[in-house]
This record gives sequence, structure tokens and C-alpha cells, in this order.
Amino acid sequence: MDEKRLRILVAKPGLDGHDRGAKIIARALRDGGFEVIYTGLHQTPEMIAEAAVQEDVDAIGLSVLSGAHMTLFPEVIRLLKERGADDIAVFGGGIIPDEDAAKLKRAGVREIFTPGASTEDIVKWVGENVSPRE
Amino acid sequence: MSSKKAWLETTYKQASERPARFSTVSDMEIDPLYTPEDAPGSYGEALANPGEYPYTRGVYGSMYRGRLWTMRQFAGFGLAEDTNARFHYLLKQGQDGLSTAFDMPTLMGYDADHERALGEVGREGVSVTSIHDMMRLFDKIPLDKVTTSMTVNCSASILLAMYLVVAERNGVPWDRVGGTIQNDMLKEYIAQKEWICPPSPALRIVTDMIEFCAKKVPRWHAVSISGYHIREAGSTAVQELAFTIADGLCYVEEAVKRGLDVDAFAQRLSFFWNLHNDFLEEVAKLRAGRRMWARLMKERFGAKSPRSMMLRTHAQTAGASLTAQQPINNVVRVAIQALAGVLGGVQSLHTNSMDETLALPTEQAVTVALRTQQIIAEETGVTNTIDPLGGSYAIEALTDRIEAEAMEYVRKIDEMGGMLKAVETGYPQREIAEAAFHYQRQLEKGEKTIVGVNRYSVPEEIPIDTLKIDPAIEERQVHRVRKMKRDRESASLKEALARVSAACRSGENLMEPICEAVRCEATVGEICDIFRAEFGVYTDPGWI
Repeated sequence: MDEKRLRILVAKPGLDGHDRGAKIIARALRDGGFEVIYTGLHQTPEMIAEAAVQEDVDAIGLSVLSGAHMTLFPEVIRLLKERGADDIAVFGGGIIPDEDAAKLKRAGVREIFTPGASTEDIVKWVGENVSPRE
Repeated sequence: MSSKKAWLETTYKQASERPARFSTVSDMEIDPLYTPEDAPGSYGEALANPGEYPYTRGVYGSMYRGRLWTMRQFAGFGLAEDTNARFHYLLKQGQDGLSTAFDMPTLMGYDADHERALGEVGREGVSVTSIHDMMRLFDKIPLDKVTTSMTVNCSASILLAMYLVVAERNGVPWDRVGGTIQNDMLKEYIAQKEWICPPSPALRIVTDMIEFCAKKVPRWHAVSISGYHIREAGSTAVQELAFTIADGLCYVEEAVKRGLDVDAFAQRLSFFWNLHNDFLEEVAKLRAGRRMWARLMKERFGAKSPRSMMLRTHAQTAGASLTAQQPINNVVRVAIQALAGVLGGVQSLHTNSMDETLALPTEQAVTVALRTQQIIAEETGVTNTIDPLGGSYAIEALTDRIEAEAMEYVRKIDEMGGMLKAVETGYPQREIAEAAFHYQRQLEKGEKTIVGVNRYSVPEEIPIDTLKIDPAIEERQVHRVRKMKRDRESASLKEALARVSAACRSGENLMEPICEAVRCEATVGEICDIFRAEFGVYTDPGWI
């Protein structure tokens, strides 16, 4: 494959330690042929935006299960904009009610995956919706 | 009559079998039939009667005929006064013990006004920053009569100190205060992932608490050795059992190294299991756990008191097994899981509410969950006889097998130098991630079923009402904390905090200095900042 492999940052913002989903997604994306960087737990939005720029990723997958997604997701988007990196596709998952998901999409999150989404769906979505940054 | 082998090769083979993988939710393959050939241990050695070593059939002589299990629903949200109201409601509904859920900032050692607390105050549990919050949380609760469980780990020493200071101010002497604090730090690195310092100093704080409680708060359970979160993180039943027992062995070793007599503290170690969907596997796990712990305490540590060998446990139905889809189905899952707990002989039980994959539970959902326990206890008749599944060929065979496989892990961890070392190298963490991924793949291939998710799904869901946490709560709590910090007396506070720092360095037991700091209005965050400064900060190695 001469095409550059997509680089995905899987990130876990917030204080909660529910990393089961993030780790499964990280592994599935890696098995799906992407380059995956996993931040580990307890990241601040600043740490995530910084890592995304430093690692020159094409997309960020955010996982939040603490209910703080309405604070944390828009903050990551804002910080990417501040760094001129708002072409990095941001998608997310967790316990996110439909009404919140709609608001987050309006705020610039490309897609929200909720409980029951399969890793296959997510890998497919990334393949079809994320393109390498210019 | 044919032997099992002959039967399998003839009668069974000639009958038809569905094209399916017959394995537990942990993917342990299950025989079509169990017979006396599968559980050859002697009754006296492998089982014995209830209340007799090795306690396979139950730790107490009369079990639920003597006293039903404690119905203890985990609760906490918003401000301390919100949770206090829920506590009073639950006690009025017939619940007999309290169980406190703290919010993420409290659990991770940050004050409500810290920038890392933004968006998380009062959201997943109740916000407690100072002794004032703790006074509000337990307002008009008789601490000498009600036992309280507190789910908190890396900041546990501070929350226990606060609870004791509340008791003190209400005129209840420490030796009459009863309850449990989770305080199982090893499983934090393994599964729940709430930490401040690296594993070694964290273990020292846990041991300080075991020592302090053994001497000063004799009715308090200083550690609740927890498999619950290990299972939630995706482990198998065997891994849950093995890693939890290995954690327990590590705490006992550390306390013995301090010079404590094993029989002086082991009776106050309690356990906390997960109750998952696979009914027989769960019953067998609970029975195997009791036998393993009894044998290890006797053989490895030379415990003499029967109470040191008895594995007493709280259990909670599996949060991770609940589905956001068709949430009313969760009522059924919880009932079956709770029944496994009761047939497995637990001492205390939390039943999850049907809406917990969506949000913290509403009062209505919590009531259904509590009623589920009351129906099992008072309508089904399963409490009339002790260990009613004992002697079932399948249950005994599974109990033996789960114990044997868990002991295999315990030996492997022994060879690594014990659980502290194993955790530092990420061994249990990797094993769990592997099991979680395996299960996810099985789900996606349709080898395992979740009703309403990968089978029998419907496009339109029936919505249920969920609890909303008012964002204004955060603002109120932040304002209150800031005001408290401005108004308190700073000289005695400074001195008390300096004493905590000094104890971190000298190795003096931390509990008395922390109690003093709490009396001087030191906050959770301020004391945890001392831990951060003195012991360093642990960061997630991010093993996938």
C-alpha cells in the first residue's frame, strides 16, 4: 500500500477510569490497519490537543463515560482550532444521550458512537470518513 | 449404567446438538452433563457443613435462616444534602445499610474548585471536599446504628478520617462505628484506574489504614478486596477470583510484615464480588472463592481464628452486563444475577437499577432494584435452606474447576514476586484487556448474545426517564468550597498539613495526622496534594 496509513489518537479525557471501551477500540482500529496512539487515562483537553498536534494525527477518538462529555468534547475542539488543527476529525463514544450527541455534532464532533456500536462499524466509519491531513 | 465417557460417545452423540459453542460468558467450555465422576472430593474436605472450614457452603452456621443479607444500595449524586435525602429515603424503604458513591473529583483527590473537577462535580456521585460536606452527608444518620460503606480508594484515608470526625462530633465513639471502606488500591491499577501515587506508596497507605482500624476502629472493615471492577473491566470469572484473592494475599502479607498478628486484622478484611449473567458460573465462583481464601489463610498465614478464614462478601450485579437498548430488560438481568448472589451465599448485596447504563438511577428505578432483593428474600423461598445448589454435580464440578484455574493464576503471580510486582509489570492489566477483547469479538461474531443488542433488537426504543444532574450544582459547590477556604483559620491548618507531610516521610501511621488535618478543615485535594508531592504521581502506561 503506497497510501499513507491514517494515524488515529484514541484519547481518554476526564477523571474516570473506564478504559475498557477505549482499549477495545484502539486495538480494533490497529487491527483494522490504522496507526493507533493511545493516550492512557486521565487526560486533560490540553494534553489531548497537544498530543494530536505533536503526533500529527488525522483523527481523534474520544471516550468518556463520566457524564462530562458536554464539557470535555467541545473543549478539545476549541483547543484544536486554537492550534490551527481543526481539520483533525474528532469522533467520540460513551454514555451519551441522543440530545447531547446532536449538540456535540453541531459543535463539530463528526460522529458519536453509543453503547452497542460494533468495532466493525467504527473501523468502517473511520475508513470512510477520515482522510489524511494536507 | 454407562460411564460419563461412554454415555457421551453413545447416547449423547446419537442425540442431536445445536450448532453452538457451549461455554460460559467467560468462555469456559461446559460439558453436556456432570455426574458424580466430575466432583470426586470428599464432602468433609471439599465442602463441609455451613459455618465449617473450608466454608464452601457458607460462612455462617444458619446463613439466611439466621439473618438475611444486608440490602445495601449504592447512592450518591449532587451536593451532600441531595445524597443525604436519598439515604433517608432508602432507609425508610427498608434498606439496612448505607453505601456512598462519591464524584470523580473526590475519588481522584481534587477539590470541587480545582480546574480538573470542571464538569464532573456531583455528576457520578456526591461531591465531598471538606468535613463540612461530610457533616451534611450524614446529617441525622445514627452512625452507631447504621453501617456505612464508602466506595473510595486513593483518597480513602481522608474520607475515613472525615467519617470518624463526623462520628466524634455526634458523640459516637470510634469503637462503635461500623462500616467498610473500599480502599483496595491494587485493583485500582488493575481495573478501576483511580490512583494518585505509584503502587508501592499506595500500598503503604492501605496498610496504615488496616493497622489503624485494627487498633482504633475495631468494627471497621479497612479494605474491601474487590473483584467487581476487575470483572467490569472485562475479565473472566476465574480472573476476577484469582486477581482479587492475590490482592488479598498481598494486603495480608504487608500487614503481617508490620508485625500485626494475622488474627488481629484478617477478620476485618471483606470482599466484593461481581454478579454477572452466567448463573451457574457465578454461584460456583462465590463458593470457590470461600474455599480458596479459607485454605490460603490457614495454610499460608497460619491463621487460627475461624473468622480470619471466612470470606465474607458484598456483591453487586454486573453494571457492564446492562444494556442501554430496551433498558427495562435490565430488571430481569438484575434479578437473575442477584439470585446467583443469594444462592452463592453473599452477606450484602447491591442490585443495579435498570437505567444505570444511561445515567445515575432515578428514585423509581432504585426502588424496583431494592424490591427485587426483597422479592428474592421473602417470596421465592430460596432462603429456607442453606446452599441449596450444593451437591449439584454441575455446581460442584464448576466450583472445583474455577478454584483450580484461579489457583493456577495465584501461583503464577507468586512466581512474579506477588501482586505488587505483577501490577507494576502490567500482567493482570494485559490479561483482562485480552479477555475483554475476546468477548467483544465473540459478540460481534454472534457467538455470544446480548438480547436487544446483537439479537432481538428493535429500531424504536421505549424511552425511560433518567436522572438529570443540574449543572448549577457545580457552581454552588465551587462557591461554597471557595468561601470555606477563605473563612477558615489558617495557622492550625498549616501545622496539621505539615504533620501529614512529616508522617509521609517518617513512616509514622498517617491516619491520626490525617484526622487532625480534617478537623482543621483541610480538604481532600490539599491532603492529596501532599501525597502527590511526597510520593509522586502515577501515570497510565496506556497498555492496550
